[in-house]
Amino acid sequence: MKGLFLLALKLLLGDRGKFATLVIGISFAVFLMMQMTSMFFGIIQHSAANIINIGARMWVMDPAIRTPLNSIPMPSYILDAVRSIPGVEYAEPLYMGAGLVHLEDGTYQPVTIIGLDDATLMGRPNLVAGNVLDIYRTNAFFVVKDGNYAKLGNPGIGATFEINDHRGIIAGIAQVPLGGLFGIPTLYTTYTRATEDLPPTRYSISYILVQPKRSQDIPEIEEQVRKLGYLALTNQGFIRRNDRFYEFQTAMGINILIMTLISFIVGLSIAGETFYMFVLDNLERFGALKAIGARGSDLIRMIVFQALVVGFLGYGLGVLFSSALIGFSRLRIPNYAAVINYQNLLLAFAMVLVISVISSYIGIRRVIRIDPFDVFRS
Amino acid sequence: MIEVHNISKWFGEGHARTCAVRDASFSVAHGEMLYIVGPSGSGKTTLLSIISGILRPDSGSVTVNGVDIWNLDSNALADFRLRTVGFVFQDYHLFPRLSALENVAIPLVLRRERWEKGLEAAHLALEAVGLASREGLSPKKLSGGEQQRVAIARAIVAAPDLLIFDEPTASLDGDTGKKIVTFVRDNILSGQRAIIIVTHDERIYEFASRILRMEDGQMTGEQEKIP
Repeated sequence: MKGLFLLALKLLLGDRGKFATLVIGISFAVFLMMQMTSMFFGIIQHSAANIINIGARMWVMDPAIRTPLNSIPMPSYILDAVRSIPGVEYAEPLYMGAGLVHLEDGTYQPVTIIGLDDATLMGRPNLVAGNVLDIYRTNAFFVVKDGNYAKLGNPGIGATFEINDHRGIIAGIAQVPLGGLFGIPTLYTTYTRATEDLPPTRYSISYILVQPKRSQDIPEIEEQVRKLGYLALTNQGFIRRNDRFYEFQTAMGINILIMTLISFIVGLSIAGETFYMFVLDNLERFGALKAIGARGSDLIRMIVFQALVVGFLGYGLGVLFSSALIGFSRLRIPNYAAVINYQNLLLAFAMVLVISVISSYIGIRRVIRIDPFDVFRS
Repeated sequence: MIEVHNISKWFGEGHARTCAVRDASFSVAHGEMLYIVGPSGSGKTTLLSIISGILRPDSGSVTVNGVDIWNLDSNALADFRLRTVGFVFQDYHLFPRLSALENVAIPLVLRRERWEKGLEAAHLALEAVGLASREGLSPKKLSGGEQQRVAIARAIVAAPDLLIFDEPTASLDGDTGKKIVTFVRDNILSGQRAIIIVTHDERIYEFASRILRMEDGQMTGEQEKIP
């Protein structure tokens, strides 16, 4: 069998022009598919940045919330009610809202303000500079050093600024696992200061962060919160809810899907047509092999092997080019939201397999029909 | 021993239906070099295809070493061609992107022999046809006579009982054609092997053990060899 595949490989590599066209065609299709899907997964992941960065086990929220950016304030009695649910270890309020920083050059910069519970600081980020207790100093804020940090003028510890007509001072510099989607800098402060500095509303709790006693308590907490008329989700559940919002309730999902399908069709067209031409060029030889004594199954194996070789090579090169471009773009553009994960790697791989199978099927249909008698008649 | 009994083959449908071979019967013994001769369109190639297990006849039987080959299923028939028959096609059908050595190894590769073992046997076959020094070259870089010898090496590499030559001298000049057929008679023909050659090249008739003539699809008897 090894000899048969070696023969198939030599036939494939021998036609360098078609081999290169096949590999480049599939690489191009994989590159496009990877770009599209990486962008999509990146956008979805970054849209869930606050959920990931705060890292609470469970979140309680208004049932109308689809994404963490659109919080709907809840009355404070809900916090007490949640704390009284058996199975809740502790529950703390979280404020999440938008503020406006007046920069030294006179311009304004929108920011996301996250107010952490004063007593526990539940959901606080890791500090790379400063002391966590400094958040209790007057007007203190922690600034997140991510791709948007420069938009606040790269403030160091002690830097002062004006936020919603209040004085603010940078007391610490934080790092979070993931930057936000919309390029807005993030400031952390205490819950009390956040609600003081921002325009008051009737209710002020954006989310309640819950730590269950045990994992088995989660369904009961979810049920009890539901009875209160609110929604409790695990960290992953909230991420999935956010994902579904972007996938199905914005045009983003369908647009990316269409672009991915177009990339697939481009790849399939190039690979299918070139592979068919390759088979046509070698039809006489396949006929000779059949006359000599090759079984139909031998020829099928050879063609499938050839299609898989170009498919896998194209896949490898496509992923390589795509990773290189994304890596380079991330170096240059800190907010570049494309990520390569196992999902888009698997998706592109599956599509390459489909391209290989369809291309080889087209070739096989032709080869199987060759009559070796034609070899004599030629 | 090859026995061909009442073989007939028709092509086409309705008014266009024509008889390519009609009731052909003959036998070939091992050690014989049988020529089937006749004008173009007389049915020689069709008959050759039927004998070698490539084209199914409409009636009659072909028995090779006691096995009626047209009672075999398609896989067994492919195995028969692979293990019992060696082909030298009129246009050689060599793979231009493989070396001469790799071309010769193909029947062994199809027999699931290891690639390296196939190449070793191919080298010996090329040595037998006097082309060992050119084994690394692509067929495109070989002359017509050399290509013919590569095709012969490919046909004999798996030591088949029956060798089939379709118009072996059609693309060669007279001298080269004669040299090739002389070489086949003196070096390839053996007591364990029969050779059937289809040709209309009278210059090589002298090398035949027997000559059968075909006209309009019918065997018209044995022809005297031209000395």
